[in-house]
Amino acid sequence: MMLGVTASGWLQLGFYMCVLTALAVPLGGYIARVLSGERTVLSPVLAPVERAFLNLSQSRPNEDMTWKQYATAVITFSLGGFLLLFGLLLSQGFMPLNPQRLPGLTPDLAFNTAVSFVTNTNWQSYGGETTLSYFSQMVGLTVQNFVSAAVGIAVLAVLMRSLSRRSTSKLGNFWTDLVRINLYMLLPLALIVAVVLGSQGVIQTFSAYITAQTLEGGSQTLALGPVASQEAIKMLGTNGGGFFNTNSAHPFENPTPFSNFVELISILLIPAALCFTFGKMVGDKRQGIAIFAAMTLVFVPMTVACIALEQSGNPHLIAAGADSATNMEGKETRFGIANSALWATATTAASNGSVNSMHDSFTPLGGMIPMILMKFGEVIYGGAGSGLYGMLVFVVLTVFIAGLMVGRTPEYLGKKIGGYEIKMASIAVLLPCALVLICSAVAVLSPLGQAGIYNPGAQGFSEVLYAFTSAANNNGSAFAGLGANNPFYNSLLGLCMLFGRFFVLLPVLAIAGSLAVKQSVPVSAGTLPTHTPLFVAILIGVIVLVGVLTYAPALALGPVIEHLTMIKG
Amino acid sequence: MSFTSHIRPTLVTLGLFTVLFGGVYPLTVTAISGTAFADKAQGSLIREGDTVIGSRLIGQNFTKPEYLWGRLSATAETPYNAGASSGSNYGVNNPALHEAATARKTALGVEGPVPVDLITASGSGLDPHISPAAAEIQVPRIAATRAVPAATVRAAIDAATEGPTLGIFGEARVNVLEVNLRLDGKFK
Repeated sequence: MMLGVTASGWLQLGFYMCVLTALAVPLGGYIARVLSGERTVLSPVLAPVERAFLNLSQSRPNEDMTWKQYATAVITFSLGGFLLLFGLLLSQGFMPLNPQRLPGLTPDLAFNTAVSFVTNTNWQSYGGETTLSYFSQMVGLTVQNFVSAAVGIAVLAVLMRSLSRRSTSKLGNFWTDLVRINLYMLLPLALIVAVVLGSQGVIQTFSAYITAQTLEGGSQTLALGPVASQEAIKMLGTNGGGFFNTNSAHPFENPTPFSNFVELISILLIPAALCFTFGKMVGDKRQGIAIFAAMTLVFVPMTVACIALEQSGNPHLIAAGADSATNMEGKETRFGIANSALWATATTAASNGSVNSMHDSFTPLGGMIPMILMKFGEVIYGGAGSGLYGMLVFVVLTVFIAGLMVGRTPEYLGKKIGGYEIKMASIAVLLPCALVLICSAVAVLSPLGQAGIYNPGAQGFSEVLYAFTSAANNNGSAFAGLGANNPFYNSLLGLCMLFGRFFVLLPVLAIAGSLAVKQSVPVSAGTLPTHTPLFVAILIGVIVLVGVLTYAPALALGPVIEHLTMIKG
Repeated sequence: MSFTSHIRPTLVTLGLFTVLFGGVYPLTVTAISGTAFADKAQGSLIREGDTVIGSRLIGQNFTKPEYLWGRLSATAETPYNAGASSGSNYGVNNPALHEAATARKTALGVEGPVPVDLITASGSGLDPHISPAAAEIQVPRIAATRAVPAATVRAAIDAATEGPTLGIFGEARVNVLEVNLRLDGKFK
């Protein structure tokens, strides 16, 4: 045991990071080809489909858009997706493939769920098997799982182009990007993962729920559904909304340690690969490696800490008669501590938000780690596309701060960083922070907010804090004790998800627009290199500083007090 | 390119994506899974004649002394309700966590500490497994109730025990339902 982590824990974490990196590098190169409009190995099959999409939509695919046109397209498409899903969920009772005859959702729950999936958050106010029909899951949620992830990647593509192009306002065509990302990237990956998961026992059926006669003479309802197809894109698209209420803890979503490994890889695969895509698209691979290194250097220590904290566990369990304090409450036997804690950090480092164990039952400090990873703004790998564009906002801030320290004009990849970029970057970084703190305060001060709290004491506050952290940063995981399926939380969390998505996405597009028109400044002795270990360290410092300074008081009131209560006994 | 010029592409692409990702894609997966992994796609069901008696992947509630018991389950209405999966969501200091754990400890009726997975609830409420240590501690009770040698019970447990997959992934675990099917002579 090193640092309280078992040998098997180290081995699994090490193996995971190696496989992740080994897959992310080639995938990153492939994605660069997709985003650059080049031919790929899948073009013979998919190019006709791509042409059909673009011709039928009359979207003038070869006309590049300005950042404002691109932003309008993103918003129109997201609004359309929201209205479609909202309507579908409201009218669920009239739709086919509903063997359990589940009724339409209440308006507040339909609003929350539709916003949740369109913003790539996938917060679960809905209960999965008790709320949603196969039709809603498949035709509603699965579709948004794909396209909302693609929107994030498309916006990232614009930001990358703004850094590699010179003196232009033209940044690519949204419809072309959207179609190519979905067809060439997400669809083949999802197909592969879905079939692998099927081999492990993830179900894929349209049968009605079955009642089994149990061995002890009782009966057991077995909820079923077309799970594998949704599970694959739920993981790959950093979505995370479960088919079932307990998400990837449910054996039909995640039956074996190997399915768990495949799903874990799928969580971080695209966000990690995009770092290498970035390096390729800006013509300097070292830049992508530096960002990947910064993410990994935050991720691995946080994971190790989380494993160790869950391993050292809850002393109350020993008092209750257990042979160790190891915190198995809310965890599955087949995953154990290492895979549960690794999942908790991966899912919150990325804005995935799926769970394979119940975060509300984590030790106070062990549960604080996922919360901190979200509070960093979902940039440690982060969401599909949104993670890296969020990270690049932090890079802009870092270049600016470092420039101030040494008295030089800040520049990144040959582009001068001016006041406008810093203003937009500040909005993108600070707005989610403000949403989290203000909305948490509103909720704990109002009777409606207090009514949803489940656990007594400081943990109750942590549940509220976690919820708004998750929504405003578009993660979607929860301290699930919180009773959030009511008009108060459904509306407030829904608004947090909307603002948290679009008031980061729009400033990012604005930054892209501003950078794209600039000339390139030649590298000089005064240029701060942005691929060095020094820069990586400053970047990490800025991310941690913003997170810690903003949230330390709130974290002290929640997890820290709960921890002190626990060890007091 | 104004707002209105985006309306047609929005409607058309949304429609086409809905057909592709909401129809063609899941049906393709259904066809592949249903062909290659027919039994698994349907839920790895266990049948006795025409009656479904459970799923190999989903735990069942066992409280009788002659059966091996699984994890605690916090699902609604009844434990191991696979129509409404749920964890307990108890925080570490929640008195209810302590009560559930001590009640289970008492019910087990063994002297001294017990493996922690036996007195805690799983995340799904449907965990089909317990640790090998948690199975071993129940051997005397099962053997005594059934009036069979402890070796018989251990053999059933061993047959239903898996190590970490490929020696790397996950934890060693015992499938509780399988053990009980074997003990009842119903395992196929």
